[in-house]
Amino acid sequence: MTQDTVTSETQTEQPDMPTAVPTPDGAALDGATGSSPARPPRLSDPLPDTGNAVTLQGVGVSFGDHQVVRDVSFNLARNRVTALVGPSGCGKTTLLRAINRLHDDAGGTVSGSIRIGDLDVYAKDTQPELVRSRVGMVFQRPNPFPNMSIFENVVSGLRFNGVRSKTILREAAESALHHAALWELVKDRLHSPAGVLSGGQQQRLCIARALAVEPEVLLMDEPCSALDPIATAKIEELIARLAADVTVCLVTHNMFQARRVSHYTAVFLLGDDRRTGQLIEYGQTDHVFEVPMDLRTKAYVTGQMG
Amino acid sequence: MTTLRTTDTGDVVVEELLPAEVLPEHLASGAAARRAAIRQAAGRTLGRRRTATRASHVLCALSVGICLVPLVALLAYTTARGIHAINLGFFVHDPTPPGIPGGGIRNAIAGSVLIVGLGALMAIPIGIVAALFLLERRGRVATIVRFGADVLTGVPSIAMGIFAYALLVEPLGHFSALAGCFALAVLMLPIVIRASESAMASVPVDLREAALALGARRSRVARSVVLRGAMAGLVTGSLLAIARAVGETAPLLFTTSSDLFNLSPLQPTGSLPLTIYANGTQAFPEAQQIAWGTAFTLLVLVLLLSIAARIVAGRLARGSRWANSRSKR
Repeated sequence: MTQDTVTSETQTEQPDMPTAVPTPDGAALDGATGSSPARPPRLSDPLPDTGNAVTLQGVGVSFGDHQVVRDVSFNLARNRVTALVGPSGCGKTTLLRAINRLHDDAGGTVSGSIRIGDLDVYAKDTQPELVRSRVGMVFQRPNPFPNMSIFENVVSGLRFNGVRSKTILREAAESALHHAALWELVKDRLHSPAGVLSGGQQQRLCIARALAVEPEVLLMDEPCSALDPIATAKIEELIARLAADVTVCLVTHNMFQARRVSHYTAVFLLGDDRRTGQLIEYGQTDHVFEVPMDLRTKAYVTGQMG
Repeated sequence: MTTLRTTDTGDVVVEELLPAEVLPEHLASGAAARRAAIRQAAGRTLGRRRTATRASHVLCALSVGICLVPLVALLAYTTARGIHAINLGFFVHDPTPPGIPGGGIRNAIAGSVLIVGLGALMAIPIGIVAALFLLERRGRVATIVRFGADVLTGVPSIAMGIFAYALLVEPLGHFSALAGCFALAVLMLPIVIRASESAMASVPVDLREAALALGARRSRVARSVVLRGAMAGLVTGSLLAIARAVGETAPLLFTTSSDLFNLSPLQPTGSLPLTIYANGTQAFPEAQQIAWGTAFTLLVLVLLLSIAARIVAGRLARGSRWANSRSKR
């Protein structure tokens, strides 16, 4: 994994960045992610544009007559980490699960449009399984399949997707475990049950399991909420590294975590009806936290509310 | 992210918390090809997997359909044959001697209510308390009791009947409602125990511990948290046990047998299943008609009990859904 892949990425789409924060000196420095910044990155330096991996346009999700979240439009920048923050019940997770069509079987209705590259996620002829083969997901609690070995867990997604080749399975597993920084730890016990690992290691196994399918997008739903601080720090470090290969969308309650690992932040709050969540601010993470446009964002990120 | 560590020699070194692993050359070089192969496999098998999904949907629908055939046929046929016998008189009159028209099943309805009611009064409290014991006292005794309950579930109901006969009919010298309800109680007991145990086991340990941490005694925890939390399951289990018992014929054959209207537990008593048996085995059309009418009544009764069980369970469950379990969505 190299750090500079992001800048060499071909831009396929026009930038759709917020114009919220002015750029005083106009000089787009590579400092925020580049290998050797000429000077410390400054607040207003916009990140180099990497194009959009996922586009959300007017997305709403409702369960029966309960509109959980409505009219959300923003993009997930390619090979960046985008954090979704906001108080409980404002639809962050609901929105996240709309991206890989997890509401299909749970009775949720999704309106608006979600595109992953050229794939219209909710088009009539789009199969949810195809979407999910391009979008990985990591859940709140580590959930390795308890009756499978470590190796079986990592390759399970590949098996579900019809990959048979032993060589590919083995190489993809090793590669995914390397990416999850787990290989050195488990290489001698690949066939032990996943339960022998600690909580944080199990979560990394789940990340490896998601990565093995080579997704373009990785959805993470509060992946550290069941972990201790050290394990959390490790996962955060991993997330930061993963962005070189994959677009990450991270739901988190923890604003410090959003600040530490994300490039962009989307802030959600409940609307005036007190039951429908909405996006109130989206932008580069340091901008959202330092110079938020919306007063409610300011109150929320400074801990005065939420 | 980095962390500071003091080495054996006293130096402080900066360490990465999670050292990045470098992908070995043979994996790194094949990455693009592997990615393409995976993408291709996922895309290629999509159609086949969709076909398989549709085929399994058809198979499931077919299985459900086949399951419903006997149920619907039974209900339809019994209704068709039995509904003619039903009128108000059918429920409020006692049977008439053979050959005399009219006559009803008042005796059988009263008898069934008496026998099953008393049986339920015996089985349900004992069953629930036994289940609580099984849950709270894991040990050899509990294992034996649980195994016993399982064995009891499989005992043929006619064996219950002959057991009750030996125990209560022979010493008393005559049939009685009591003997019948004892047999039915033994029959209901394992059903109640198993249903109650699984209902109480589904009360989260957290709640139990929360009550203990507040200073509740175990008996109080059992009463206020476990029993109350499992109420929906307890009621459902009990109602289903009753529904099962009300249709049992074999245990009543040689314990209660009678045609008489009776409300005394110590006297022989009529019952719905036996009325069906006695009349259905006769050649007279009137008797046949009564048998079908009774069968229809019994079916409706069991149906009502099952519906009641569902409604009660739904009502009770609404109030006591565990706050943070996303169990059944």
